[in-house]
Amino acid sequence: MKGLALALLLLATPALAVQPDEMLEDTALEARARTISADIRCPVCQGESIDDSSAPISRDLRLIIRERLVAGDSDREVVDYIVARYGEFVLFNPRAEGSTLILWLAGPALFLAAIGVVVLSQRRRAEPEVKLTEAEEARLREILKE
Amino acid sequence: MIIELGHFALILALLVAIVQSTLPLWGAHRGDARLMALAEPSAMIQLVLVGASFGVLTWAFVASDFSLAVVAANSHTAKPMLYKISGVWGNHEGSLLLWVLILALYGAAVAVFGGNLPTKLKARVLAVQAMIGVAFLLFLLLTSNPFWRLAAPPLDGADLNPLLQDPGLAFHPPFLYLGYVGLSMAYSFAVAALIEGRVDAAWGRWVRPWTLAAWIFLTIGIALGSWWAYYELGWGGFWFWDPVENASFMPWLLAIALLHSAIVVEKRESLKAWTILLAIMAFGFSLIGTFIVRSGVITSVHAFANDPDRGVFILMILGVFTGGALVLFALRAGAMEAKGVFAMVSRESALIANNVLLAVSAFVVFIGTIWPLIAELLLDRSLSVGQPFFNAAFTPFVVALALILPPGAMLAWKRGTMARSFKSLVPALILALSLGALAFAMQTGQTALGPIGLALGAWVLFGALTDLWARTGHEGLGARAARLVRLPRADWGKATAHAGLGITIFAVSAMTAWKIEDIRVVQIGETFPLGAYEVRLDDVREVEGPNYQSTMGFMTVLRDGAVVAELTPEKRIYPVAAMPTTEAAIDYGFLRDVYLVLGDRQQSGGWAVRSYVEPFANWLWGGCILMAFGGVLSLTDRRFRVAAGARKAPGVAGVPAE
Repeated sequence: MKGLALALLLLATPALAVQPDEMLEDTALEARARTISADIRCPVCQGESIDDSSAPISRDLRLIIRERLVAGDSDREVVDYIVARYGEFVLFNPRAEGSTLILWLAGPALFLAAIGVVVLSQRRRAEPEVKLTEAEEARLREILKE
Repeated sequence: MIIELGHFALILALLVAIVQSTLPLWGAHRGDARLMALAEPSAMIQLVLVGASFGVLTWAFVASDFSLAVVAANSHTAKPMLYKISGVWGNHEGSLLLWVLILALYGAAVAVFGGNLPTKLKARVLAVQAMIGVAFLLFLLLTSNPFWRLAAPPLDGADLNPLLQDPGLAFHPPFLYLGYVGLSMAYSFAVAALIEGRVDAAWGRWVRPWTLAAWIFLTIGIALGSWWAYYELGWGGFWFWDPVENASFMPWLLAIALLHSAIVVEKRESLKAWTILLAIMAFGFSLIGTFIVRSGVITSVHAFANDPDRGVFILMILGVFTGGALVLFALRAGAMEAKGVFAMVSRESALIANNVLLAVSAFVVFIGTIWPLIAELLLDRSLSVGQPFFNAAFTPFVVALALILPPGAMLAWKRGTMARSFKSLVPALILALSLGALAFAMQTGQTALGPIGLALGAWVLFGALTDLWARTGHEGLGARAARLVRLPRADWGKATAHAGLGITIFAVSAMTAWKIEDIRVVQIGETFPLGAYEVRLDDVREVEGPNYQSTMGFMTVLRDGAVVAELTPEKRIYPVAAMPTTEAAIDYGFLRDVYLVLGDRQQSGGWAVRSYVEPFANWLWGGCILMAFGGVLSLTDRRFRVAAGARKAPGVAGVPAE
């Protein structure tokens, strides 16, 4: 039993996300790499960023990011580089372009619409209720006098 | 034999639910007291039958009866007893049985505690509740029967997913379900009121405790899940905007909105139609949540049942119940006229603002969660929506909510004055801003998120305290203190829950802004700095657990040479499930957690080690506990304990007439 466990232990090495050997000496570049990789989705995992994931492909992606950064790419260029190869699926932060604009604008649009509805219904409600007729006014004065 | 009894009890429960969902409704329509009287005993019998069935399944797990397919697939003889029991709901079939059990529990609770409900309303509520029961019992029996036997039982089971073998997660689903399913009560009350065509202050007072209870459970359930993610997943995150987290978060947001709008119905007889709509939507989102989790349509870590048939069935349940209720709403909403009029600046308006912000933020979470699906089906784009989107799109609404909360909570009903509620809030405002400025001065070159979060959280917290203090009148300090103690529990509940929200807001921003992280290779015996601490790796040893094999690091946390804590982070491997997990070791503290994770042995010798200082982590769970506790205080308020509806709430509960 123990032998089996050890065999499995070697087989399925639970890896940490970011490995110490991947990290760049330059702390500023490394910080940029971390920021970028936190928003890149691991292509084979379930909803994990490559920064958190222990899948081999995530390690490759993390290394690519660092390679591009060392080569002098801007953050945007690095992300473009990855998207060109793995598709926009890997972006956790969908770019507000084309149909994705709907996603970004849906919340604010609903908010404005809700404000509009509230203000309109409030205005309608604020209107005075049915006015009393002359006769009723007279009757009211009578009652108040009593 | 016992198994078949459990199976049989479940089928009987379905039949009872069919009776309960039809005859009392007919009786209420015809005014037949005998038919209406059927509802209560049926609800009790249903609970007994589903309870028996659940008991049998639990017994099968405890006794490791591997002739049952679910037990064989999800249990193992070597598993500790706690996880044998939690394994009952750690799988699709069992968790649905728990769902149905809790549904029956709520139904029976109405039968027992609903003594002061009008007979007709009660019969209708119980009938609607039973309709949901029929749908889910059918779902259970037809697509996800936990009592299927195996022709050839295996010698041992396949074990529960090791990630789920954890005390935090053992209790996470029951609380979450108590919350999800609790919202079915709000739904049943809403539909019953629509059938009846009458919504009044009394209705508001009846529906509120159920919503409150559901929300309390949901809060605890979500907090437990978040805490579990924090210590189990091994990188100190506490919220991932994962579809399944979102599935529980949307009903939570809508439940808060419903709680607040029900107050307006209760006190002012306004916002009736909207409150009914919210009740329908809150449960609708619970069903959507169930759909997301159970169908696995949006795959994530949690979706352990990926079966399209089940997905279609739940989609049908969702369509029938929300669609049906919305049609009924469209037909009857006109009959619900608002009685109380109010000015633009008033408590009513503040609560409407609260509702707008909460509903919109729930919508943002919703569209972000389903957008990948929409994009793939309609736009043929395969994309992801994650943390950055939600942080950017959701946070502004929460910030707005937190900003308006303190003045809004202090406005008078009907017609208030901004100046007055602002005047009493000046000290809270000054305090909040100075705390933010202090934090800004103390930190160097970090994001502004920390100070802003601190100021915002403090504003909500001190605002809640100001609100409570303002209710004690204007006499001397002694008289005010005496009155403070005697304030209704609803007031205390409100202040506590709002204070909890403030603390949670602060903790979330503190943990995001001020976290310290360190990743490095450490040799045995080596010491490295971590913030104000030093950490030493003393040893790494192999240790054998009950059903796993562990590689355990022995580490010491020091501060100025003095030992702060000795921690043992682990890497575990569960041989049966062949799955590795990391077990972080955490030194919990009032102001910070020290969080250590052991990684792989390096080829160069030494071990990879990740270490974090998580500032104010305990404040996050504390804030959630406070929110839930505030709910409990409100729930035990006098007006819910004494015959609800028989008399008006005591005058002190409202704002003094102006």
